[in-house]
Amino acid sequence: MTMLKEGRPTAPQAVREEHMAPATATGNRALMLEEPLIFEIGSNDTTGVDFAAAPKAVSRLGNLARKDAIGLPGLSEQETVRHYTRLSRQNYAIDLGLFPLGSCTMKHNPRLNEKVARMPGFADLHPLQPQSTVQGALAVIHELAQWLITLTGMHGVAMSPKAGAHGELCGLLAIRAALEARGDARSVVLVPESAHGTNPATAAFCGYKVEDIPATPDGRVDLAALKARLGPDVAAVMITNPNTCGLFERDLKTISEAVHAAGAFVYCDGANFNAIVGRVRPGDLGVDAMHINLHKTFSTPHGGGGPGSGPVVLSEALAPFAPLPFVEKQGDKFVLVEEETVEDHHGRSFGRMVAFHGQMGMFTRALAYILSHGADGLRQVSGDAVLNANYILRSLADVLDAPFGGSGPCMHEALFSDKGLAEGFTTLDIAKGLIDEGFHPMTMYFPLVVHGAMLVEPTETESKAALDQFIMALRSLAERAKAGDEALKGAPYHAPRRRLDETLAARKPVLVWTEPELAEAAE
Amino acid sequence: MRYLPLTDADRQEMLSVIGAASVDDLFVDVPAEVRLPGQIAGLPDHAGELAVERHMDRLARQNLSAGEAPFFLGAGAYRHHVPASVDHLIQRGEFLTAYTPYQPEIAQGTLQVLFEFQTQVVRLLGCDVANASMYDGSTACWEAIGMARRITRRGKTLLSSGLHPHYVSVANTMAKFTGDALVHEAPRLDAATDIGALIATIDKETSCVVVQYPDILGRIADLTPLANAAHEAGALLVVVVTEPVALGAITAPGHMGADIVVGEGQSLGVGLQFGGPYLGLFAAKQKYVRQMPGRLCGETVDAAGQRGYVLTLSTREQHIRREKATSNICTNSGLCALAFSIHMTLLGEKGLRELATLNHALACQAADRLTQVPGVKLLNDAFFNEFTLILSKDARDVVRDLAGKGVLGGVSLGRLFPDAPEIGNGLVVAVTETVTVEDIEALAKALEEELA
Repeated sequence: MTMLKEGRPTAPQAVREEHMAPATATGNRALMLEEPLIFEIGSNDTTGVDFAAAPKAVSRLGNLARKDAIGLPGLSEQETVRHYTRLSRQNYAIDLGLFPLGSCTMKHNPRLNEKVARMPGFADLHPLQPQSTVQGALAVIHELAQWLITLTGMHGVAMSPKAGAHGELCGLLAIRAALEARGDARSVVLVPESAHGTNPATAAFCGYKVEDIPATPDGRVDLAALKARLGPDVAAVMITNPNTCGLFERDLKTISEAVHAAGAFVYCDGANFNAIVGRVRPGDLGVDAMHINLHKTFSTPHGGGGPGSGPVVLSEALAPFAPLPFVEKQGDKFVLVEEETVEDHHGRSFGRMVAFHGQMGMFTRALAYILSHGADGLRQVSGDAVLNANYILRSLADVLDAPFGGSGPCMHEALFSDKGLAEGFTTLDIAKGLIDEGFHPMTMYFPLVVHGAMLVEPTETESKAALDQFIMALRSLAERAKAGDEALKGAPYHAPRRRLDETLAARKPVLVWTEPELAEAAE
Repeated sequence: MRYLPLTDADRQEMLSVIGAASVDDLFVDVPAEVRLPGQIAGLPDHAGELAVERHMDRLARQNLSAGEAPFFLGAGAYRHHVPASVDHLIQRGEFLTAYTPYQPEIAQGTLQVLFEFQTQVVRLLGCDVANASMYDGSTACWEAIGMARRITRRGKTLLSSGLHPHYVSVANTMAKFTGDALVHEAPRLDAATDIGALIATIDKETSCVVVQYPDILGRIADLTPLANAAHEAGALLVVVVTEPVALGAITAPGHMGADIVVGEGQSLGVGLQFGGPYLGLFAAKQKYVRQMPGRLCGETVDAAGQRGYVLTLSTREQHIRREKATSNICTNSGLCALAFSIHMTLLGEKGLRELATLNHALACQAADRLTQVPGVKLLNDAFFNEFTLILSKDARDVVRDLAGKGVLGGVSLGRLFPDAPEIGNGLVVAVTETVTVEDIEALAKALEEELA
């Protein structure tokens, strides 16, 4: 069996015949309809859009007119709607059921947010319109910024980062700019082993050497080891709180004090802010910079892999270095401060991170979400998120190993390991079994510090009935994996596809469609 | 709270399973001195849907939306008509509320879309491979510079003066931290692009040349000589496309020798949205695929032998390679890629060419009409749907005054290049299929009054 060092198989075993359903002539299975690629069903002469005739004009394209066939098949509107509707039905989604992907905060995406984002006054605005014509849009950015600052107890916020990892970049660039401003070149960023992969990748991108911070056996940062490592070469410490083991870093305030005393900064990965919103303010823990994934805590849709939005709240020490542009209120007017208007007091900004002003379409959604919840509702959000996770943790503790179950209540996610599964059975088997039970699997094989990790984040938008059904399903799968039920290794049986061969995909990458005759000729 | 399903009875029952007395007790690991005893003061309580909608609507109405005015803004973001079915389809919950396709057996919808998207992007840009999207054009541009550095192991990049100034700013910001040397100056008001000057500047230290096509002033030129000069010096050619509709009319950058082509895909399917979320396009020659940033979707088979799709070559990525990854990107622009791909499928080659032809013809018509206005000259010899007018006074003032008359007349070079006052009379005007003959007349009349 091909597998990664964490014990994750990457290629499936062949399916036994008794586990195959009888074939249909079409390949369809009732409501599950097979759908070819647009390149196999469309034609270059078909279109689903009608245009007015172009006025007569003499071409001014120079000698650059594109004469070759581009190879972009079209479909009529009906065929297009059917193609994408059929494909959509091959996806799992929050709208279908519990999506307990740890660290990803797959909560319900309210539809009011979608409606608001589509108001023409927001959706049909050009980013470079004169500021007098976009005062309401700037007001949205400002209002959301004020909420984020208040909820986190921080000094300022950079709104333009496009996603969490981009926010990390923003935070580390601000730290580096602040260090350079005081003529203090430092070369090392400390990152716990349990961190998201984006943390070390970001630090390395900013030119820092990455060093691991050890953890204590109870799953938290080793304070003594961290203190011992601090020194004049350490620029920043990146800490996720609550951490990826689902635990609150109790010592963060002490850590921050030690880090500050050593002249360094504290970056907090805010991916898990959902667990603590309204309960504790990162500013009170001494954090200097923290990104907030609006697509996690503040419910903007994940869209099958983005777009996200990653505003970064900043301490007083870092706020002057925030990137351009930003929105300021001057009297009763909102002003977008960008290159054209940047004044002396913003001269320390480290520059621009993106074209235009950030993810406006996510700002409107997140603001609608925040206003819907209010301060009372947001506190309820974290309370219910943590309650749901602990309910899962304690309800399954007798069948699944919870490596940090003795470390006190978990926060918003429950962490289990593959310890105790029968020989040859893996976390992947349980995950694929969950698919057959009608659930999206939990995050698997992350964090890296736990072998065969299963990280379950139910979020606050699940009912008790949904949780109970999930617990029942996971319990049944754990029992099967412990009993060595071979059938589990073939799961999923009922999904649009059986286990896919990732090894083949990587060994012989096919990343674009090629006409069969050309593909054959190339071989 | 309408989004929170637990009842108080549920909470009590769950707490008893957990063995805790209250929800607050679950936060015992948060030190008491920082734990908030109740809701944060000074913020409003929860609100019903109607109240929130009213509030947001009031703010939306304080803006002049593009559809309410004769509208001619471009400069990296273009207003195109997006067919109704695009927005309907991207709002299907199975697309909208799915995650990155980590479990391919139940994400074949998203994965097949990404495979189709990659193929469409490859063909449109004239490259061999494309990734599953980046944040936007400006970050894709920066990632391309980083990729060229990894391939050539050289640190000097020549940025064309025709590159979007925000893209230049983003690259400058990043280069401060990576140590790349960027060479750039503001554009001049010439009809010709700066390709000749770039060719003369390429040397053996040059990692790549980055050129925009059509450029920020709307100019277009054959990039083949530039590609040849770059390759002779061992450098790469990176081409940035901010208006992909243009490639329905003009030669693809990949067919002129570009090694990496990046772009802003917002024009198709995504809409203006005040600048984001947008869609970064990223494509390259086959031989560079393992140096590409971002997610890639590939074809494979399942255990029963059926064709299917997975995310692949992830050993380039941060979740596997951590500090050795080709990029720190995780979330990309999946839903915008879907919108782009649906719009492209609706158009097909026939529709895309018709759309491009219509854009170009209307732009020609607008250029002819606007240059009849005293005090207005046309900079460009060649253009697609965007061109630069040279006015008899500072274009920033003109744009502001036109807005006062309800005409959104273009983007001034003063806003784009505040440090280059010598080109301050330049006005960049974009003309898409959404512009009517009446709109063109309205802009011409307003300019006549303004420049009189």
